[in-house]
Amino acid sequence: MAESSVELRDVSKRHGDTRAVDRVSLVIRRGEFFAILGPSGSGKTTLLRMLAGFESPDAGDILIDGRSVRGVPPNQRPVNLVFQTYALFPHLTVAGNIAFGLEMRRLPRADIAARVEEALDMVRLQGKQDRLPAQLSGGEQQRVAVARALVNRPAVLLLDEPLGALDQQLRTDMQVELKTIQERVGLTFICVTHHQEEALTMSDRVAVMRQGRLLQVGSPRDIYEAPQSAFVANFIGRSNSLTGRIEMVSGLRCTVRAADLPAADPVVAACPAGAGIGSPATLMLRPERLHLSADVQVDGYDNMLPARVSKAIYNGSETQYLLALSDRLSWQVLIPNAGNGQKRFQPGESVFLRWRADEAVVLSE
Amino acid sequence: MSRKHTWLLSASVANLVFLYAPIVVLILFSFNASRLSATWQGFTLEWYRLLLEDEALRLSVQNSLVVAVVSTVVATGLGVCAAVGLERHPFRGREVVEGAMLLPLVIPEIMMGVSLMLFFLLVKLPLSLITVAIGHAAFNVPIVLVIVRARLRKLDPSLEEAARDLGATPWQAFRRVTWPLLMPAVAGSVLLAFTVSLDDFIVTFFTAGPGSTTLPLYVYSMVKSGVTPTINALSAILVLVSMALIGASLALQRR
Amino acid sequence: MNPDAVPPDRPESFRAAPVPRRSSLLLLPALAWLGLFFFVPLALMLAISFASRGTYGGVVWTLSLANYANVLDPLYVKVFLRSVLLASVTTVLCLALGFPIAYYIARLPARRQGIWLLLVMIPFWTNFLIRTYAWIFMLRTEGLMNQVLAGLGLIGSPVDVLYTEMAIVIGLVYGYLPFMILPLSAAVERLPPSLVEAAWDLYASRWAVLWRVIVPLTKPGLVAGCTLVFIPSLGAFMTPDLMGGARTMMIGNLIQHEFLVARDWPFGSAIALVLMVSVLLGLAIYLRAERAGTRLAAGG
Repeated sequence: MAESSVELRDVSKRHGDTRAVDRVSLVIRRGEFFAILGPSGSGKTTLLRMLAGFESPDAGDILIDGRSVRGVPPNQRPVNLVFQTYALFPHLTVAGNIAFGLEMRRLPRADIAARVEEALDMVRLQGKQDRLPAQLSGGEQQRVAVARALVNRPAVLLLDEPLGALDQQLRTDMQVELKTIQERVGLTFICVTHHQEEALTMSDRVAVMRQGRLLQVGSPRDIYEAPQSAFVANFIGRSNSLTGRIEMVSGLRCTVRAADLPAADPVVAACPAGAGIGSPATLMLRPERLHLSADVQVDGYDNMLPARVSKAIYNGSETQYLLALSDRLSWQVLIPNAGNGQKRFQPGESVFLRWRADEAVVLSE
Repeated sequence: MSRKHTWLLSASVANLVFLYAPIVVLILFSFNASRLSATWQGFTLEWYRLLLEDEALRLSVQNSLVVAVVSTVVATGLGVCAAVGLERHPFRGREVVEGAMLLPLVIPEIMMGVSLMLFFLLVKLPLSLITVAIGHAAFNVPIVLVIVRARLRKLDPSLEEAARDLGATPWQAFRRVTWPLLMPAVAGSVLLAFTVSLDDFIVTFFTAGPGSTTLPLYVYSMVKSGVTPTINALSAILVLVSMALIGASLALQRR
Repeated sequence: MNPDAVPPDRPESFRAAPVPRRSSLLLLPALAWLGLFFFVPLALMLAISFASRGTYGGVVWTLSLANYANVLDPLYVKVFLRSVLLASVTTVLCLALGFPIAYYIARLPARRQGIWLLLVMIPFWTNFLIRTYAWIFMLRTEGLMNQVLAGLGLIGSPVDVLYTEMAIVIGLVYGYLPFMILPLSAAVERLPPSLVEAAWDLYASRWAVLWRVIVPLTKPGLVAGCTLVFIPSLGAFMTPDLMGGARTMMIGNLIQHEFLVARDWPFGSAIALVLMVSVLLGLAIYLRAERAGTRLAAGG
């Protein structure tokens, strides 16, 4: 059996004048929970619909279990889709919905009954098999949609914004539940979402898409900690940026002079590969990696920038500070809220931002 | 998917051909110089000239217009009031009353025609343009009612509530808020009632007396006596008139 | 305002009656008009259907069921059966012709949808008599249809379609096709495309998608379309009168004949009432299906 579950080779698709999907190549491993993350219009849904067979690529090839699925209609593909709107058949009961795919494949009645039972069990909907979809809550409908697809034991389960219609609390619960189900059945899950938290929480690997192109593929940790572009850094989590030119290179480190802060000291950072003196660079810094204090002298950091607090927003678990570094440059910092002794900064207060050289990601673009 | 699409498209286009071909052929042959044959014998406007000289035709058009105007005015007044009355205050048996008022739309038209004829003959009301207009108003009331009621139902009740909250009396709230919003539906129903009345054949057939021939009755007698190019010419004119009426109705609704 | 004084159902009744109660008086003029010129005539007809014909036409007030017994005469039963048959064939043909275009229209983007619906409606807004005449013009022995067919070498001598049952069906289908297309396309439009895709994704063939998903979920529209075509076809008068012949009489022609030619008003009334009862029965079936459809949509 092929190691790859799904393979895309240079897949392109146009919608009118726009390249919905632009030369995307990707290998998705067997049994992997794979998320395709991107803003709306990034082509992720088109990609999913091509996998399901509702659209066909203009160029390139798609392989499922090592076999090309070119020209294979959706009803003959070993994949099943959980629709964004669930697309539950309103005239069929929960059991009728789940059994639909099995009936279409003409499985013996007894098998169908057993597998429907098993599927109901898996999504914890025992006893609700005779309800109509309209009689279920949003979370229950979502689980029926998952069961209806999973019961067919597809080679790949596709999920289109699976949690998009749920409220925040249910969303969080279902993230864990989906991941649990995936680990239990061991199938390849491919999930399309524009919700970065969802992608990071559930998946083994994440692909970030923008304007039809694949920007970066990697584990959630890679994507978050080592974004390869400003877009990825800003789309996944929040990020502060500093642009400038490399002033000096010494070994693996370099110093960067910020264009927006001509008066400040240059900052020290890890040197991007192939960058030379004078080449432009952008530093990306996560708000939670910054140290904030009013003291002039603090040890253990490589960089320091003065700033002024412009806003302090209390968020419950943490406090978000908006800081002005200059007239044009503003950053944000997240400080976890600890006990009563914690120093709280007030708007207008002068502070110092500090960070270690390896906390910043440097992009030379 | 695209295969299915082309199939559906060709079926749909075939459908339109079926719908349009007879009308187009009809109009084309209204310019045919031959009186009898269906082969093309050259272009002429002779049949249109004959129509212009036809005194009986002019009278029938005039009769049709009189009936359409009178029945539309009556039906609009009655229908709009009834729609407001039905919508505003739920009462026991409202559904039954509404169903009964819509009945003229669903029973075969011939029922209405013959029963009205019996009624007029038995109450000794001579069949004339008046009896025709009465009948037309009867089937136009439910038409107006349906259209205006649908519009009323779509209106957000909180609009009138807002007007009341801002100090309007119930009548002011209706006059200043609901009525302007209702106007497109009323205008649409006026046009529809007018058109239906102009086109009606069956009820007219049974309720018209001597001297109250309307345009459809006149066309009917022409068709009954055989195919002539004059009917083609008349048809062409009527097709254009009804297109103009739809155009007007659509333009009104878009505003 | 003292909140305690507000009865619990206040918001509900306030919403329903921003205009005072006497607004239902607005119903009276329309009710009076329809009562006098619709219901009284129908009641009169009902009464007359139990009377008998006078020697010179007119009505002799007796109470008998003779007219209804008369309807059962095989001669008239045949007319009824023919009407039901022709109306059924018309309905099936409208369904077969109308479903593809209705489906196509429903899946178009809103702007083009409007244009297509308009295209379907324009012929329908043309006077029915004119549309009937158009087909007479096409179908008559020396008409265009025969010339085209002969020109193509498909027929040797002209085919006499006009004044047959086939001509009636063509006329009725032509007349009532939009009645089928409009409710059908509205019903298909309400069907989310994702349901069709879901069925397809779940291994359903095109045929299975049609029968297991599209048909059950557009049933209210299907029933509405069929009812809207069947009812006027059953009671048709003008089409069979102009396009049919002496041997293709339908109920409508029979009624007209009894009233205007035979001048047997009581018998004509009885036939008309039988027609009306059949129509109302059909309508009751339609309403039940529609209500079931609404329940399904509401999930109750």
